[in-house]
Amino acid sequence: MTDANPTIRTTLRAEPAVPVSGARIAVLVIALAFLIGAPFFVYPIFLMKLLCFALFACAFNVLLGYTGLLSFGHATFFGGAAYFTAHAVKEWGLSPELGILVGVAGAALLGLIMGYFAIRRQGIYFAMITLALSQMFFFFCLQAKFTHGEDGIQSVPRGHFFGLLDLNDSLSMYYTVTAIFVGGLFLIWRFVHSPFGMILRSIRENEPRAISLGYSVARYKLGAFVFSAALAGLAGAVKALVFQFATLTDVAWQMSGEVILMTLLGGIGTIFGPIFGSALVVGLGNYLATTGFPVTIITGIVFMVCVLVFRRGIVGEINATRLAQKLGLADRSSG
Amino acid sequence: MTQVSVERAVSSEPRVVLSARGIRKDFGGFSAVRNVDLDVHHARVHALIGPNGAGKTTVFNLLTKFLQPTAGTILLMGQDITRTPPDKVARLGLVRSFQISAVFPHLSVLDNVRVALQRPNNLAHQFWRPVSALDTLNRRADELLGLVGLTKERDRLAADLSYGRKRVLEIATTLALDPKVLLLDEPLAGMGQEDITVVANLIREVAKTRAVLMVEHNLSVVADLCHFVTVLQRGEILAEGDYETVSRDPRVRIAYMGTEEA
Repeated sequence: MTDANPTIRTTLRAEPAVPVSGARIAVLVIALAFLIGAPFFVYPIFLMKLLCFALFACAFNVLLGYTGLLSFGHATFFGGAAYFTAHAVKEWGLSPELGILVGVAGAALLGLIMGYFAIRRQGIYFAMITLALSQMFFFFCLQAKFTHGEDGIQSVPRGHFFGLLDLNDSLSMYYTVTAIFVGGLFLIWRFVHSPFGMILRSIRENEPRAISLGYSVARYKLGAFVFSAALAGLAGAVKALVFQFATLTDVAWQMSGEVILMTLLGGIGTIFGPIFGSALVVGLGNYLATTGFPVTIITGIVFMVCVLVFRRGIVGEINATRLAQKLGLADRSSG
Repeated sequence: MTQVSVERAVSSEPRVVLSARGIRKDFGGFSAVRNVDLDVHHARVHALIGPNGAGKTTVFNLLTKFLQPTAGTILLMGQDITRTPPDKVARLGLVRSFQISAVFPHLSVLDNVRVALQRPNNLAHQFWRPVSALDTLNRRADELLGLVGLTKERDRLAADLSYGRKRVLEIATTLALDPKVLLLDEPLAGMGQEDITVVANLIREVAKTRAVLMVEHNLSVVADLCHFVTVLQRGEILAEGDYETVSRDPRVRIAYMGTEEA
């Protein structure tokens, strides 16, 4: 057969080198400069809140955008990690970095348990199982001693990061959060653009085909679920340190809904979409909180507009424009 | 990884590699498939034909374990796979294609083949390495694309290919696994004549070193390509034998081919 096509080798075009898009680098540099300069213009606590939710949404997007799994229980990992970190730092007296580690490990463990049960089902059943399990966790948090029920864990000490950086200073706290955010984002980027991520994409694209190629789909999904849960946990753990408390709000189902909203608004399956989405949702929430106008009405309308007019989300639509394609901003195969 | 297949000179002695005994599948009270015995031989093309609704695809799903048989046993190279999950069956060397084209639409043509190559090359679980780690698979992937004539479409999205070309890509992807037994569900359906010739030749070629079981409606291809034909009707085997024998069988002519067909 190869003899029939002796020219294959020679007629092959040279490897098209992945174009290292200058525009992409420019965008990254601007974003980084913005992150560094922002606390001098904007209230740092608000920025840190933004970063936490942005990381949360990005972690969620690993499942929805890159694996095709709609989890309705991600508040469990976000809020759960917040509790674990708050407890570890306040009651056990751990340093903030170890506290965060405890939160992340706890969230990963919860992710392993929830994922183990949920990935056996698909579509709406998957979503329902995650919702049911996260409701169970919510009531656990309501009843358990260490969470202090309705009061939550309050006045969590921020401590010194690695014993050096005093996190009570809001600027050093901000830069620590920023560093964690950038690191988390890098991990996500590496994860979805890895050989493993390739298999996840193929599962999202056509699950029966992936099975017929010999992939034990359940294990890949579970891997993605645990990874997503751990990073959602990272976001929650940091949030607990920023606000110095952990409450039931972060484990409630509304939080799971909100992260779906953020991700859809920004654009699923894009690295930066969820960041924009969360900025929009958190920003709107903060702005409207002072006006007394009901936030949910506005976010509801924004969501409807998004679904009706720009289905790919903000970043998804931008990526789809000719200009972005030309500049090489869009990741072609990210769907 | 073992150098794949097509050019490899392995023994071409026919021997049974996949065998099913008395398989049956009930959906509620309805038996979609009953008492099906099948022997698929190494180095032979075996056709499974029959009118619509005869249970051909169900048999495929049972053999590849996408469906669990209600009764019966399935042996793959002597190993009982009756209770084995479908991904494990694929790893044992029994790989199928699907009736509706099964590509990964938003991956490039090259990536479609690379995804198949990842697992046998132990490049499937590295979540810490960049995608460029997969570039080592390009040579093999390009070879496979060349084999089916998809070299020009290499960097296009699979979704942008015509239906026939998608089927061709699917076959390239399947071959990437170097399967021992290849199950093709209507591999030529919806293809233009040009692709049909390419793929029919390809099937003939790959069948020299492996077993092929295919569902096919294009009887001239079946006559031309297949060594053995099994006719299914209403979930049961109506007739089997080489194409000549089967096509002369009056029951088959009434049930399936129409009496005017010779």
